Amino acid sequence: MFEKVLLRNAGVPGSERIDVYLSRGGYQALPQALARTPAELIDMVKRSGLRGRGGAGFPSGLKWGFMPTDPAITKYVCVNTDEGEPGTFKDRQLVEQDPHQVIEGVIITSYAVGAHRAFVYIRGEFFDGMKRWVKAIADAYERGYLGRDILGSGYGLDLSVHRGAGAYICGEETAMIESLEGKRGQPRKKPPFPAQAGLFGRPTLVHNVETLCNVPHIVQRGPEWYAGIGTPKSTGPKIFCVSGHVNRPGNYELPLGAPLREIIFEHAGGVRGGRAIKAVIPGGSSTPMLTPDQLDTPMDFESLAQAGSMLGTGAVIVIGEGTCMVDVTRRIARFFAHESCGYCAPCRVGTRRLAETLERVETGQGRPGDLDLLAGLCEGIQGRTFCPLGDAAAAPVRRSLELFRGEFEAHIRSAC
Amino acid sequence: MSPTRQVQDPAKRAMLLTALYIAQEQYGHLSEEAIQRVSARLGLSPTEVLSTASFYTLYNRQPSARYRIQVCAGLSCHLCDGAESLERQVRQKLGLAEGQDRTKDGRFSVETVECLAACDTAPNLRINDELFARLSPEATDALLDRLMKE
Ligand SMILES: Cc1cc2nc3c(=O)[nH]c(=O)nc-3n(C[C@H](O)[C@H](O)[C@H](O)COP(=O)(O)O)c2cc1C
Ligand code: FES
Repeated sequence: MFEKVLLRNAGVPGSERIDVYLSRGGYQALPQALARTPAELIDMVKRSGLRGRGGAGFPSGLKWGFMPTDPAITKYVCVNTDEGEPGTFKDRQLVEQDPHQVIEGVIITSYAVGAHRAFVYIRGEFFDGMKRWVKAIADAYERGYLGRDILGSGYGLDLSVHRGAGAYICGEETAMIESLEGKRGQPRKKPPFPAQAGLFGRPTLVHNVETLCNVPHIVQRGPEWYAGIGTPKSTGPKIFCVSGHVNRPGNYELPLGAPLREIIFEHAGGVRGGRAIKAVIPGGSSTPMLTPDQLDTPMDFESLAQAGSMLGTGAVIVIGEGTCMVDVTRRIARFFAHESCGYCAPCRVGTRRLAETLERVETGQGRPGDLDLLAGLCEGIQGRTFCPLGDAAAAPVRRSLELFRGEFEAHIRSAC
Repeated sequence: MSPTRQVQDPAKRAMLLTALYIAQEQYGHLSEEAIQRVSARLGLSPTEVLSTASFYTLYNRQPSARYRIQVCAGLSCHLCDGAESLERQVRQKLGLAEGQDRTKDGRFSVETVECLAACDTAPNLRINDELFARLSPEATDALLDRLMKE
């Protein structure tokens, strides 16, 4: 059986407390990291194959390497705790149950890229997570893991936490930076990328909470050990958030590449009521659905791309037989219409019209041309919006229309 | 943009979201006066402050009900008999007519929100700062009964 890495402390009584973290071997990677040079650490992370867990899967070591090495340049690290992708609930668990694991990852990462200031951006709705962050940071300062001259190494880091205020788009890294600067969370044009000019115009490294949690383990157990988990291109452990029509919804940590079928049936206890599966959303609501014949797909970045979807955040939403797919698709579209920041017209207007049209079809008011209209709207959104939110909205609708066209047509004749 | 536009201090500007939270707590909601106070303290125009505040859903321009009920309308909650059916049950129980989102006595308000990142305990709703999970119709009934008696 796979031995948990990221969730090894979760569920242990008091796992959020610094003493419990220390008693379970926490903060032991930090002195090892501080004894190395930043260049060595960047190389280790590159060799580990670690890729971002925030949705895009970008190689982390490469991203660290983009940060300027000149010590005279002020640099920042940002911790993305905005977790808003529907179906995703892993970062919240990591922060609530093991905040020091994240902090240890932040310190090592900041040291590796030469940042002396790091910022946590947390979703405004995470009241408990906010409290955990504040307490954990205070304790880390008190024990000398944060602040000036960490563990006598001469390296210093300050860490503070900042609350978002309810906007999904602020999970996108440049929108998050705008929000941290006290502005409306509208994404910035790229380039320049945050590694060139991010927060307050300084080079900035943004990472997802789960990504950062991997870092101490890579330092402590070595990149070769890490790269041995998962598949050659998708290495390491991954937390899969399973929800929907399953018997045991929850977070399951498994090696990348674990088959979808195993995740649903062995770990999440199979489908409620013994129903058949109608469709599965593999990586959060912005990833196109898979069908029951695709259940053997290994859950890694490459295999899911090949299957016409994405690993996304690893949020598996299981949809049982008997579910109205028009209703499901409408629900997804409504989310994006609600969360479009309104900056660019293809997204602002397109997501809204998608939602309206689906609403109409769902309630039995569909018109004969509506399916072509929906397809045309997807076409008009995909690849034409300022940030990736538009694609995230259009891709699942498009797939759903392809897979369940008959159901949509029947709905236009009469609602279910 | 007006020619007299002030040069902003980025560190002060970065305090805006936090300042809005503090003002909201002190005034109960972001009243005209609250916005004025924040803009004076941070050296930003009231329009600028409002423009930022209006981007985010957690800032309220109106006073909140004593019990602000937010039903998760996310897909996972929807699949677990939450979302619309839960909202319907809550509204019925509180005697809210269609289009009405606050009880006459002003004690309860009902709205839907997007995924609360708690899909493993669906269906969920939130009342003020507290999450209520795994809500069966019976549990929802009991919860509301308790609050309505208070
Ligand atoms: C619309 C949108 C929303 C996003 N939301 C999140 C989020 O809530 N949390 C997150 O970590 N990344 C989110 N991302 C991805 C971030 O932009 C960024 O890629 C990520 O934080 C980088 O960290 P990683 O390399 O560790 O994955 C979002 C991206 C987009 C386009
Ligand atoms: S869908 Fe309700 S918590 Fe995620």
